[in-house]
Amino acid sequence: MYKFKLALRYLIKRKISYFAVIAVALCVFIVFVVITVLTGITADFKGKIHDTTGDCVVYTKSLVGFGHYDEFIRILRRQDFIEEATPVVKNYAMVSIAESGGLGSYGDYTKEIAGIEPVSLAKVTGFGDWIEYNKGQPSKVFTPSYDVNLPGCVPGIGFLFEKDEEGNYHTPAKPPRAAYEVACIPLNAKGAPAKAGAGELSSKTFYYSDHFSAGYSLDWRLFFLPLEDVQLLCGMGTGHKRITHIHIKFTKGTALNSGTEKVKKLWSDFVDTKKDAPYANLLKKVQVQDWKNFSKMIVALVETQQILTIVCFGMIGVITVFIVLVVFYMIVSHKSKDIGILKSVGASGINILGLFLNFALLIGIVGSAIGSVSGWIFLLRINEIEDWMFNKFQFQIWDRRISSIGDIPNAIDLKVLSIIIACAIAACLVGALLPSWRASRMKCVDTLAVTQL
Amino acid sequence: MNDNGVILKAKDIEKSYRMGQIQLKVLKGINLNVRKGELVVVVGASGSGKSTLLHILGALDKPDKGRVSFNGKDINSQSNRQLNHFRNKTVGFVFQFYHLLDELNVLENVLLPTMAGKSIAGWFVCRKSAKKRAAELLDKFGLSGRTKHKPYQLSGGERQRVAMARALMNEPELLLADEPTGNLDSETGNGILNVLEQLNRDGQTIVMVTHDERIAGKARRVIKLVDGVIKPA
Repeated sequence: MYKFKLALRYLIKRKISYFAVIAVALCVFIVFVVITVLTGITADFKGKIHDTTGDCVVYTKSLVGFGHYDEFIRILRRQDFIEEATPVVKNYAMVSIAESGGLGSYGDYTKEIAGIEPVSLAKVTGFGDWIEYNKGQPSKVFTPSYDVNLPGCVPGIGFLFEKDEEGNYHTPAKPPRAAYEVACIPLNAKGAPAKAGAGELSSKTFYYSDHFSAGYSLDWRLFFLPLEDVQLLCGMGTGHKRITHIHIKFTKGTALNSGTEKVKKLWSDFVDTKKDAPYANLLKKVQVQDWKNFSKMIVALVETQQILTIVCFGMIGVITVFIVLVVFYMIVSHKSKDIGILKSVGASGINILGLFLNFALLIGIVGSAIGSVSGWIFLLRINEIEDWMFNKFQFQIWDRRISSIGDIPNAIDLKVLSIIIACAIAACLVGALLPSWRASRMKCVDTLAVTQL
Repeated sequence: MNDNGVILKAKDIEKSYRMGQIQLKVLKGINLNVRKGELVVVVGASGSGKSTLLHILGALDKPDKGRVSFNGKDINSQSNRQLNHFRNKTVGFVFQFYHLLDELNVLENVLLPTMAGKSIAGWFVCRKSAKKRAAELLDKFGLSGRTKHKPYQLSGGERQRVAMARALMNEPELLLADEPTGNLDSETGNGILNVLEQLNRDGQTIVMVTHDERIAGKARRVIKLVDGVIKPA
């Protein structure tokens, strides 16, 4: 009983223990805030990638694409674990502004283009929510409101508009008339230029009908166009029709791995049935991957940055161990008389070890509690604090005009917080172990000797 | 206890300390028998080995040679666990510098031996009776109004009386007092001695060391320690 009582009194009465508590609180605060923000950024980014990709992708890296896709999509749509599948042609194009409509400056830009079926794409990805003027009505997304007979296009919002300092776009109430000439190099099914000797470029002018905002770099680099138009531009629309990607959404409750494995099997069986079909060789270049693997180059980069930063800040835990160790060495030196007294009334070495480990536990608990509560409050107010600093000192953690991240993520994960607290308490116990063991080994006659007083 | 009523027996006790390059022999073959209910005063000059002898008798230290037995049991051959139990239940210490815990109040200091000897559950079972015993002791020593005070709020005499109450808390068979008046003025010191005498009259076995021969004059049995050996008083 005296172990808890004395440990509590040491904590309250010994001012040096306040330093240990503050050290633990600061470490918990910093690690909690950093991990929460970084995890939020990573989760947000992965969510956006998932929203762009769907659950699974059947694709080829070849710009020639692959055929027989409509047949395979019909097979996919018959599966009970698949909610929707949509064909996409992805390619690169030269985009020239033919009519600016007050949006951007005239010039030529290299952009990624995606030929899509907007209705099915909206069922597989977040496309239906990304568009502004036809939100929830993807079927009308390629119909310019100012002239329904013109072919429409959906550029990324970042291509058309600039963000203000708070990261907001200011878009007009209705899309202004603007025209973009899109030019591609068409390839035939053999991979040769489809228009060799007759001017190698295919081009067509599209009119601004809507824009999209996926929330990351896609908003600057991608143009959505009607599937048939892109197929024609890329030489995939005549004869043996081809695409480059099929994006798939699984039904709710379908595990990502099992769903992807089923699609792989379906594709393998489909390729077997088509081995004597025209251009069957293109089918062999096709891969099936879940969204994580499909996007692993960019997701891995963000995850690696997150892990590295967390490891770096985790090193702070080592500092906590040393601070607690130093504080405990000082406390044990100051309290050697107490150790002698306790041993003289029958306390064992284990009791003394327990006393100081209880003390370390209290430091860990109190420090973690202070760090967690202050971290929690800080995270709840982090965006307000940043706004205030911006208004007062023009300081922003990142420049909202160029960053795709708006608010600083601050969603608190209790599991993460519990792990941080457990680690902080463990760090205190580890730091206190050596001085406590030293205390438990002290001889009472040495500590009570007149020369020690 | 043997037939002569001896409860504490020290035989051929030797103890030396290393002081730098020199091995300093403090006790050179001490033989001492203490009977139940006896008040034994050990006198000697500073450095004569009085405190060392007391620490060995109370199992705070171990002799290099010789044997200490209590009620016929060899203390030196006991395990650490048994020695902790011995210090907790059988012996009570009173030190020259009181040695109270600054973080605990008077009552908690007195309760310390009981708390040290019990588990948490054991303490909760006996805490009422322990507090009653502590209150009685403090009342006996005139400290009933000081239970919530911290040691630094007490005078030297009061602190020593708290230390005595703590030493008696577990009703030890043997009270060992190391210069209990050494840090007090003569009037306060006399008060402490009167308390010790009264305890002895009530049957408490006491071994007290002092370098003050005036105090020794009041005791019935005085042992003089000179250069690590017992000389006739």
